[in-house]
Amino acid sequence: MKAKTLMLGAAAAFAMAPAAMAERGSDGHVNIIYWQAPSILNPYLSSGTKDIESASLVIEPLGRYDPNGALVPYLAEEIPTVANGGVSEDLKSITWKIKSGLVWSDGTPVTATDAKFTADYCMHPEGGCAQLAKFEGVESVEVIDDLTVKVNFSEAKPNPYGPFMGGQSPIIQAAQFADCLGAKAPECTDANFNPIGTGPFVVDEFKTNDVISLSANPNYRDAAKPAFATVTFKGGGDATAAGRAVLETGEFDYAWNLQLAPDVLAKMAEGGKGTPIAAFGSLVERLEMNMTNPSPDLDADTRATVAAPHPFLSDINVRKALSMAIDRNLLVEIGYGQAGRPTCNLVPGPAVYASDNTDCLTQDIAGANALLDEAGWVKGADGVRAKDGVRISILYQTSTNAVRQDFQALIKQWWSEIGVETELRNLNASVFFGGDPGSPDTFQKFYADVEMYANNFDGTDPQAYLSMYRCGNEPKPSSQWQGENINRFCDPAYDALIDELGQTSDLEKRYELSKKMNDMLTKDSFTILPLVDRGRVSAHANSLGGVILNTWDSELWNIADWHRVN
Amino acid sequence: MTDTTNTEPTKPHRSQWADVWDQLKAHKGAMAGGVIFIVIVLGVFIGPWLWPYDATFIDIRARNQGPSFAHPFGTDQLGRDTLARMMAGGQTSIAVGLTAMLLALSLGSFVGITAGFFKRLDGPLMRLTDLFLALPILPLLLVMMLLFRDPLSSAVGPERGIFILIVIAIGITSWMPTARIVRGDVLALKEREFILAARSIGTSNSNMIKRHILPNVLSPIMVSATLGIANAIITESALSFLGLGFPPDFPTWGRLLNDATQYLQDYPERVFWPGLAISLTVLSVNYLGDGLRDALDPRIRGR
Repeated sequence: MKAKTLMLGAAAAFAMAPAAMAERGSDGHVNIIYWQAPSILNPYLSSGTKDIESASLVIEPLGRYDPNGALVPYLAEEIPTVANGGVSEDLKSITWKIKSGLVWSDGTPVTATDAKFTADYCMHPEGGCAQLAKFEGVESVEVIDDLTVKVNFSEAKPNPYGPFMGGQSPIIQAAQFADCLGAKAPECTDANFNPIGTGPFVVDEFKTNDVISLSANPNYRDAAKPAFATVTFKGGGDATAAGRAVLETGEFDYAWNLQLAPDVLAKMAEGGKGTPIAAFGSLVERLEMNMTNPSPDLDADTRATVAAPHPFLSDINVRKALSMAIDRNLLVEIGYGQAGRPTCNLVPGPAVYASDNTDCLTQDIAGANALLDEAGWVKGADGVRAKDGVRISILYQTSTNAVRQDFQALIKQWWSEIGVETELRNLNASVFFGGDPGSPDTFQKFYADVEMYANNFDGTDPQAYLSMYRCGNEPKPSSQWQGENINRFCDPAYDALIDELGQTSDLEKRYELSKKMNDMLTKDSFTILPLVDRGRVSAHANSLGGVILNTWDSELWNIADWHRVN
Repeated sequence: MTDTTNTEPTKPHRSQWADVWDQLKAHKGAMAGGVIFIVIVLGVFIGPWLWPYDATFIDIRARNQGPSFAHPFGTDQLGRDTLARMMAGGQTSIAVGLTAMLLALSLGSFVGITAGFFKRLDGPLMRLTDLFLALPILPLLLVMMLLFRDPLSSAVGPERGIFILIVIAIGITSWMPTARIVRGDVLALKEREFILAARSIGTSNSNMIKRHILPNVLSPIMVSATLGIANAIITESALSFLGLGFPPDFPTWGRLLNDATQYLQDYPERVFWPGLAISLTVLSVNYLGDGLRDALDPRIRGR
């Protein structure tokens, strides 16, 4: 037994040796493909996963989450806790110590001022910061000394790891973004496309919505890393092409988020050039109900804003019936296979936070019909239910993706069985998730009745995620259509729970509150209809080592450790 | 005297169109193309009345089936009958093709004849033609979608709205070759003696165009028409293929092809059918056009 352990240890040490002894840049070039193309490298101006993850090659937060959901320091010396004195006893402040000797890729030192600036940048009242939820409850950020920054919260913050933790809240350089505060933020094209960072790579060239060329950061803190000298980060195309490029032809080394039909993926994996990897996180494919009226007849300032409630989706019976008509088990079987499981929860994990809400898993068309009959929605001559002249006719939009289009067709059929008319629309993913305030087709603008996409949260604590649904946090014209409360959900009781969660440090109580909030959004109000808890499937080439799929942070969180294996 | 003239065997009077028909009949390719085109058109427009399955009906238990007696073309990944989808898709694709062709043809002929006939308008109209030739169809359609999709779909319904958009987009970006060919022919015709003769007896401009110019440029117009149908079907397929066209549950040949590319390795027949239908339609129409050109040109008639 001992001998075996020893042998294993030796083997492991031997396996680790080439990576540990490698020089920076010794493994040449690595190709990464994301089938959604990054449009900006500043996560504070875009909530798209593609933008956040591509930016994570360049700019880093103080700490990240590892694949188990545990916190690991990146730019910080250590993760502050109450035990080590980093978090105050009253939970109202957290003090981060930045590693000494850190420099930006341009050679200037990283200081606490940069962290403070990052907070000011996102919390600027005129800016529409996409990651504002991360800074929920922050009262002020103080620079204590060159390497120490203290975040003060207005109230006790039991989970103080919002600002500067995870891929969504990296530190940006104060010198570079100094003139980009507030309304001027989107105008700083140079800074937004070529941020100066501390990460393992620096941007050589950024072609919007196409390709990013990067090379190793000469000032990276670990002299032996990254193993790759250059990176090509290709964006665009579709999941099929991306999967094929890694698994079958070997043109690319890493493909992100292969949302493909299960049999298609299995066939591709037989190509033998790469390996699909899967892990379950908090990614939930869901139907979002629009609580506001998206009718094009309304003028631009009222359309899809809280000023105009939705004509029929504001009736909870309609939303409930729409949920009852869906057979989630079949959706999983058709669309995801092993990479998904049916869910009724917005927060499906970590397990301690997941509600035991499973009512929606059985399809009940007859029940849905009865419910609508009872609520006064009667079928007209054309088979579509109506009440007081309002027909239940739904515009159902999502991004262009084979699995999503299959889901659309299936759900349309189920809804037609309960007398609901559905018009389908699919939009190019780069446009749909692009966040461009000028485009009518973004998921934030929500110019449709129902939309389908998947979203998840960073880290293991759903507080920031659940706080997105606060009254007033909805995308609206006055915030340049930024905001995370996509449904325009507003319930004072829910807001009270957000506040309560923000003051509770007892873990058991936190679990309970999170479950309650999850239930309010799902089975109590049917504002969000979760469909599938999606394991994330990505793929890497067999010659690429060091990849550890992380569902709790950016997938590229440990790219500094990636290397070639023979 | 009168008897003899009356009894003398005369050739029966023949119209121009009978001559054209005789000539066309002799063209084997044109006849084959015409028959195939008519079969396809009848198939997609009458077929759905006879075929029991609906193109959008999902029978999840019957998914991914190969050809069988119940589903001669098989079923897709959601259990929809491929034959029914082919017929429904063909209706849209052919309707788009014919309508866009008519639009392009009338625009092209109008611009071409006006430019060729009225010297003063020639310059401006031809520059306009150049301008349209330079318009790229895909970005143009993206912009049109952005601007007009919502108003159009609320006015006439989503499918019809997109139909109008696509037809107009294809129409206004494909009339230019017709206009140029027609203008060239009109310019040449204008110098001919019979036009001079007609002018000398005081024929008005509108009569001149209707009686003398238009019938003589009919042959290039007809040929452009047949090529235009093929072109429009291909453009619509390309747009659907890129996901810019009709709603996702609304089959067209291009979209069927697009949906099937994912399953190319496992179920190759799914790309085969729409691909075959597009190719056959385009080829048959091209052959028909080829034959018509020969038949309409009196100089090569009978050869």
